[in-house]
Amino acid sequence: MSVNQQAHTGPPYGQPQPGYQGYQQPAYGGQSLPGVPQAQYGAYNGPVPGYQQPVPPQGYFPSLGFPLKGSPVSLNSDTSSLAPNFIGSLRAPPTSGAPPPASGASHPSGPLAYSQFEHGDVQNGIPASAAPVQRPPASQPFLPGSAPTPVSQISTFQQYGPPPASVQQLRNHMAGMTIGSTAASAPPPAGLGYGAPRPPAMPGPPLPGQTVAAPPSSQPNHVSSPPPPSTMAGLHPGPPMSGLHGPPPPTHPPQPGYPMQQNGSFGQMRGPQPNYGGAYPGAPNYGSPPGPPPPPKRLDPDSIPSPQLNELPPQQKPRHRIDPDAIPSPIQVIEDDRNNRGSEPFVTGVRGQVPPLVTTNFLVKDQGNASPRYIRCTSYNIPCTSDMAKQSQVPLAAVIKPLAALPPEETLPYLVDHGESGPVRCNRCKAYMCPFMQFIEGGRRFQCCFCSCVTEVPPHYFQHLDHTGKRVDFYDRPELSLGSYEFLATVDYCKNNKFPSPPAFIFMIDVSYNAVKSGLVRLICEELKSLLDYLPREGNMEESAIRVGFVTYNKVLHFYNVKSSLAQPQMMVVSDVADMFVPLLDGFLVNVNESRTVIASLLDQIPEMFADTRETETVFAPVIQAGLEALKAAECAGKLFIFHTSLPIAEAPGKLKNRDDRKLINTDKEKTLFQPQTSFYNNLAKDCVAQGCCVDLFLFPNQYLDVATLGVVPYQTGGSIYKYAYFQLETDQYRFLNDLRRDVQKEVGFDAVMRVRTSTGIRATDFFGAFYMSNTTDVEMAGLDCDKTITVEFKHDDKLSEDSGALLQCALLYTSCAGQRRLRIHNLSLNCCTQLADLYRNCETDTLINYLAKFAYRGVLSSPVKTVRDALINQCAQILACYRKNCASPSSAGQLILPECMKLLPVYLNCVLKSDVLQPGPEVTTDDRAYIRQLVTSMDVAETNVFFYPRLLPLTKADVDSDSLPAAIRNSEERLSKGDIYLLENGLNIFVWVGVSVQQGLIQNLFGVSSFSQISNALSTLPVLENPFSKKVRSIVDMLQGQRSRYMKLIVVKQEDKLEMLFKHFLVEDKSLTGGASYVDFLCHMHKEIRQLLS
Amino acid sequence: MATYLEFIQQNEERDGVRFSWNVWPSSRLEATRMVVPLACLLTPLKERLDLPPVQYEPVLCSRPTCKAVLNPLCQVDYRAKLWACNFCFQRNQFPPAYAGISEVNQPAELMPQFSTIEYIVQRGPQMPLIFLYVVDTCLEEEDLQALKESLQMSLSLLPPDALVGLITFGRMVQVHELSCEGISKSYVFRGTKDLTAKQIQDMLGLSRPAVPMQQGRSLQTPEQPVISSRFLQPVHKIDMNLTDLLGELQRDPWPVTQGKRPLRSTGVALSIAVGLLEGTFPNTGARIMLFTGGPPTQGPGMVVGDELKTPIRSWHDIEKDNARFMKKATKHYESLANRSAANGHCIDIYTCALDQTGLLEMKCCANLTGGHMVMGDSFNTSLFKQTFQRVFSKGYNGEFRMAFGANLDVKTSRELKIAGAIGPCISLNAKGPCVSENELGIGGTSQWKICSLDPSTTLAIYFEVVNQHNAPIPQGGRGAVQFVTQYQHSSTQRRIRVTTIARNWADAQTQLQHIEAAFDQEAAAVLMARLGVYRAESEEGPDVLRWLDRQLIRLCQKFGQYNKDDPNSFRLSESFSLYPQFIFHLRRSPFLQVFNNSPDESSYYRHHFARQDLTQSLIMIQPILYAYSFHGPPEPVLLDSSSILPDRILLMDTFFQIVIYLGETIAQWQKAGYQDMPEYENFKHLLQAPLDDAQEILQTRFPMPRYVHTEHGGSQARFLLSKVNPSQTHNNLYAWGQESGSPILTDDVSLQVFMDHLKKLAVSSAS
Repeated sequence: MSVNQQAHTGPPYGQPQPGYQGYQQPAYGGQSLPGVPQAQYGAYNGPVPGYQQPVPPQGYFPSLGFPLKGSPVSLNSDTSSLAPNFIGSLRAPPTSGAPPPASGASHPSGPLAYSQFEHGDVQNGIPASAAPVQRPPASQPFLPGSAPTPVSQISTFQQYGPPPASVQQLRNHMAGMTIGSTAASAPPPAGLGYGAPRPPAMPGPPLPGQTVAAPPSSQPNHVSSPPPPSTMAGLHPGPPMSGLHGPPPPTHPPQPGYPMQQNGSFGQMRGPQPNYGGAYPGAPNYGSPPGPPPPPKRLDPDSIPSPQLNELPPQQKPRHRIDPDAIPSPIQVIEDDRNNRGSEPFVTGVRGQVPPLVTTNFLVKDQGNASPRYIRCTSYNIPCTSDMAKQSQVPLAAVIKPLAALPPEETLPYLVDHGESGPVRCNRCKAYMCPFMQFIEGGRRFQCCFCSCVTEVPPHYFQHLDHTGKRVDFYDRPELSLGSYEFLATVDYCKNNKFPSPPAFIFMIDVSYNAVKSGLVRLICEELKSLLDYLPREGNMEESAIRVGFVTYNKVLHFYNVKSSLAQPQMMVVSDVADMFVPLLDGFLVNVNESRTVIASLLDQIPEMFADTRETETVFAPVIQAGLEALKAAECAGKLFIFHTSLPIAEAPGKLKNRDDRKLINTDKEKTLFQPQTSFYNNLAKDCVAQGCCVDLFLFPNQYLDVATLGVVPYQTGGSIYKYAYFQLETDQYRFLNDLRRDVQKEVGFDAVMRVRTSTGIRATDFFGAFYMSNTTDVEMAGLDCDKTITVEFKHDDKLSEDSGALLQCALLYTSCAGQRRLRIHNLSLNCCTQLADLYRNCETDTLINYLAKFAYRGVLSSPVKTVRDALINQCAQILACYRKNCASPSSAGQLILPECMKLLPVYLNCVLKSDVLQPGPEVTTDDRAYIRQLVTSMDVAETNVFFYPRLLPLTKADVDSDSLPAAIRNSEERLSKGDIYLLENGLNIFVWVGVSVQQGLIQNLFGVSSFSQISNALSTLPVLENPFSKKVRSIVDMLQGQRSRYMKLIVVKQEDKLEMLFKHFLVEDKSLTGGASYVDFLCHMHKEIRQLLS
Repeated sequence: MATYLEFIQQNEERDGVRFSWNVWPSSRLEATRMVVPLACLLTPLKERLDLPPVQYEPVLCSRPTCKAVLNPLCQVDYRAKLWACNFCFQRNQFPPAYAGISEVNQPAELMPQFSTIEYIVQRGPQMPLIFLYVVDTCLEEEDLQALKESLQMSLSLLPPDALVGLITFGRMVQVHELSCEGISKSYVFRGTKDLTAKQIQDMLGLSRPAVPMQQGRSLQTPEQPVISSRFLQPVHKIDMNLTDLLGELQRDPWPVTQGKRPLRSTGVALSIAVGLLEGTFPNTGARIMLFTGGPPTQGPGMVVGDELKTPIRSWHDIEKDNARFMKKATKHYESLANRSAANGHCIDIYTCALDQTGLLEMKCCANLTGGHMVMGDSFNTSLFKQTFQRVFSKGYNGEFRMAFGANLDVKTSRELKIAGAIGPCISLNAKGPCVSENELGIGGTSQWKICSLDPSTTLAIYFEVVNQHNAPIPQGGRGAVQFVTQYQHSSTQRRIRVTTIARNWADAQTQLQHIEAAFDQEAAAVLMARLGVYRAESEEGPDVLRWLDRQLIRLCQKFGQYNKDDPNSFRLSESFSLYPQFIFHLRRSPFLQVFNNSPDESSYYRHHFARQDLTQSLIMIQPILYAYSFHGPPEPVLLDSSSILPDRILLMDTFFQIVIYLGETIAQWQKAGYQDMPEYENFKHLLQAPLDDAQEILQTRFPMPRYVHTEHGGSQARFLLSKVNPSQTHNNLYAWGQESGSPILTDDVSLQVFMDHLKKLAVSSAS
């Protein structure tokens, strides 16, 4: 039997990936190594045969100090095999190298230090062991003894890897924060800076520093720089403080700087105070004042290693203000990760491995765990007990993008057909067959890796085991060897036990006066003519199976019969909007090719028919109902594309009134602005989900149209909302058409249900995203496209064990665009830890921010915004305080010590707090806030990352000859130079900022005008000019557009122009006009919070 | 003096009026003792070739409660230029235009021969006629095709400036917009939801915008009629469009699963049609023409569920109170009919199906609005096609034989009051001094609205004599009645036809023989039949029969000559002699007997009975039987089984059916093919003769009768056998083997038995 099966599955499997073939080789199986399969996979990728050694499996066992070491073999091979891996890591070194400037000499030693040992050995040591897993190769270097010697690179490598991080982080603690009383002592300098002010200290700790690699400059995690003045300023001075809540008030009076800090934690020297004033104003100067001292400080923060050192730091009170360069820099972190991990494929064979950052370009090789493109976790090392989890306050969450698009180099999940009986599943928990299932009794049964229940292997699925207990067909079956794959669902998985029909797309166009007058209707109709040829197709199918239908509406709905046999389309008006129904059966949903001429005729006539319309009122809910009814009648799932312009005030169900009231902002009632004004849409959404009717909404408002309410259905059905305020044909059509094209063409699944199963001990408890839930476990989405993300939070309901780790299995049942019912399975294995340090070492801040943002954005529905913000700050403070308390080496309380993996948490968190939803400026409309709130809720990690911390590129620094992007710079005005042109993108907008004294030549080249003053800020695209600079800039813009799921609006901003205010809003490290704290200020505030918690 | 027969006939021809009594008993008491009420059959638009309408307006009595029209019965003072109303005795000044009036220069309305006169009124805008087709698409392909062709054909028959509209329905209801180019546009309604007129008008975009028009939109005013008639367009403008549209009509696309009826939203479709016209053209002549091929199965007005296993209600179900939807549906259609009638629009129902289609419930639509009701088996039959075509037939002067929005006002002398009317009309609730408290038919008013009528439309109007018993015979010895019918002529003119008649009063105690002699037994039979049928709509069948019997017996007691308790002595005078026979056949007719008829059929028969003129009504009550044989020229024979002889061809006309029946021998000859032999050409002619006569009837009658050609022993012979008087049955054995006639297998009583009983009861002193 088994043989047959192999043959069966084999083919599909093999074709695609070359790598696979390898699998089949018997040799493999033979390997004696108990090694985890994944490891083997890895081998394939890597040239080196030795691979196996890296085998993490062993490493996993905590007992083995360094996993690798455990097996002699590994060691041997190590050298060779490691090489490849290391390479990846090696790059790291370079970065580290770069940073060195700052840390300078100290670094080298740092790496060694790395060894963690120095920090509380305890802490480090342990973590190290845990870490090993990933670094197996490094094992040797790690050895305490050798460690020091080993090349720094190694260490660096590690750093990148999860484990190292922790170590480094520790060091990072800033010595500096000290102020106040402590200040008296040496620390003062540090005071300001969270980071370690003391140069001396730093050096000591060097070890950590390196890990940070980048740390040299401020980037290193901890912000340390004491440069008190500035910070102080921020904090103390009442005004600035505004951003930061609590602390400020008290501070004022205290000349000492932070009164509160007295605890010592913040030791700030008084000295700083004076500076305050001065420093502040000169904001830009930040760096300068401290002059000489600064450099050292910076180092300190990063290095902060040993306790002893810490003590020293205080001495360096000189620093009064925090040097912005001394605080952790997102740019540096991103750069480092890119350099260290960008060139090697990320092989998923190892449990609990932290993937590269989302900003890094890397390839993924699936060897048993789902690619980070599908799932990312806040932590890859989960506390074994809920107590630990609670103590740390680190949310355990996974950000899942089940249908994520993959780069062309990566293979789509294989489709597995288990025949008529459907996918093989555990009898009890119904988990699907996956690489973690244990086959026992010679292969006749398998034990579920989630619930431990033993299930008979169905006869047709039986296969013998080899001597390692692995099935012989292991490599032939994706579900045994890969982290992500798909099952073909049987009829049991279908609604009403009937295989679904192919889905349908219904285009529903508002033809009220506004839409017609703005040219929108004509534009849409023109575009649809060609766009209909690009409906999503499955695989290599000749034509799309998707049928299309058309509806126009204002106060009433117009359906169109476009049956191929008709000479002319027929229009059917339904004016009974109170009780919507579909007036025709046959001819509404048609195949594009068959009805091509009728459709073309229709699209020609629609703009004509309504050219003279005077109808200004629209309905909305009935439009959705109509689509829903149409799909019901056709018995299929589908998607509605609704193009809508105004608040639906016509008499009909779901009629809305204008309830926009800015006076509610900052009151307890503010939340009502985010809530739908009627529950009607919730019920409608429920019906839509039940039918698999997904709604995509394109809005073209000229005034308030209540996105919070209109968005309910798109949101709960897994659809998207696009908003083009004050739509103008000339400036917005390109953006709209691009969005429309992308939206129509993108891969999408329908009628989807997602369930996340976990191994015993944790449980998925909360879900964020665009979907509907009718019970507590199943996430239902009428439609799910490749850009939609669901964030899932886990909680403990029992203990986990370090041995078995924690497993996640995300199963998504959906209907493909050809109407095939499928199950997409993603598996991910995580480590478990008993030491908090391991947790902190394996976190991913970007994912954490994704979770926190979604959590907060949901919170505004039920709590006042201020409460939400405070809760966010509090949670982060707790996270960091817990780290400080439990993982950091003892150090002055005045030091701000951040975990390496979370050193960007404060800056990112600040961005979240300053976002329009949580802290709106006067120019932000209620609709904008609701829109962004919903948008963020389905964003993946990469999107939230750039959304909250926009990418700022100095265009004038771009290398015209290469196709790389110029190095990004930090989002602060002081980094902008008058003589340069910058580009800032956040996933929604692209700003091109032009300094006042930019060379005329550049202006000429880029804008085609001769002077700065002639640049029009109405530009929505850059002129196409034949010169290298223009080409380069345009190619950068195109490239960025290509990376985002939405087409960004391009806005040209001239320095000192009115629009610049808007632009400055996105310089998130600066204090914002709306009261948002600057990075430095916030860091101080955070530090204070932490110290309060610690005391 | 001419005989009463001549008098009656003359009156009918001139005035379209036939009274049950042509000499009126002078007191209330005597009148009631006459048994048959004082009543008349009025054919308001009776065709008068010799009556050119006058081109001026009638002169009205100035008393606000009277407003009678100047007529030949009025006393005129030519010198003073005054005239006295003969109803209220008000003295009125002639209008200035009559200044030249004198005894030798009389206006037409004062001349006795113009007791009926028609005025053309030049007031108000002329509105084109409106025809709104409401078409069921849940038909078999063949039926639909035939119907489409009929409809397309009808476009050529309409007056070119008439407005037409199209509504189609099945599961949904579609109102087609006819003015559009390119895309064909229709408004669609759910077939299950009842909508108010306001909602319908809103949804069709017919309501005028409440907001005052913006400046610069002044063009809107001329546009408005265009907007409101988007769905109703002049035939000449859109006949091509509409022909195409009709051609493209598809069967209702919604799937009908096995064992189900198609979902048919007749109720909503009609409601929308009514609402549409109500909103756009109130008080304008309009026909809503409903074509349906089955019962309404959903929404308001549904008559039967869509499960085929549940049959549509039968009389049996109705008696058992087992017709679930009947009451609700009837109520729905009644309210529609009333609304429609209030706006002067009529509703025609053309229904073609083998099974019932809900006419019982929908009948009021046609009954109250004067619409046509046509029932056939299929749209693909000549019965339907010809009938439909005949709707648009033209009269002698090339005008359509239809009129709209008629308003019939009846005025009486003081001694008379109006008790009610029975016919295709609704009450206008015009109370007045001449309205009786006792109602017969639709009473309590002196005015009725007849939304649509044709030259044969006939109303029965019942009166009550209110003169007190002791009071003297009223001054002048004559009582008068004036019928004023205002209507929209098919040429869209407003016209008023005024008929004024007068009859002598007689004291029943002293002059009974005069009264008796002036009895019009035909009219009386029809008038009584109308009352009976009217009662049958609301009462149990047996009760009505009993009532009818009692009336007959009382009449015989009153006017028969007999010795008490001696049936053999019983005699009726000539003027009453046929009356019992009419009642005998009436009792057996489908108007009162529901046995063997479906509720729909009963409704259909009753509908036609309540609107046809006297002649046709009599044919319905007592079918006409002609015999063709070699023994002589064709002759009318008794409607009796004894008339069925082997060597005769019978032609029976029941109004609804034309039956040609070949006697046994004739049938054999025909089978033998004698008619094809030159030497038996006379046989061929004999066979042909009834066919030609039948053709003649078929050509003119509306609706076209069902044509049945059968022979002795043929299954269709039942049509004949069920009608004839069963004088010979299997019961009266002595008749067996007799050469004459043909026995009927029935337990029904024969006329002979009926008469015997009648005599016995009439003479009995007990009653």
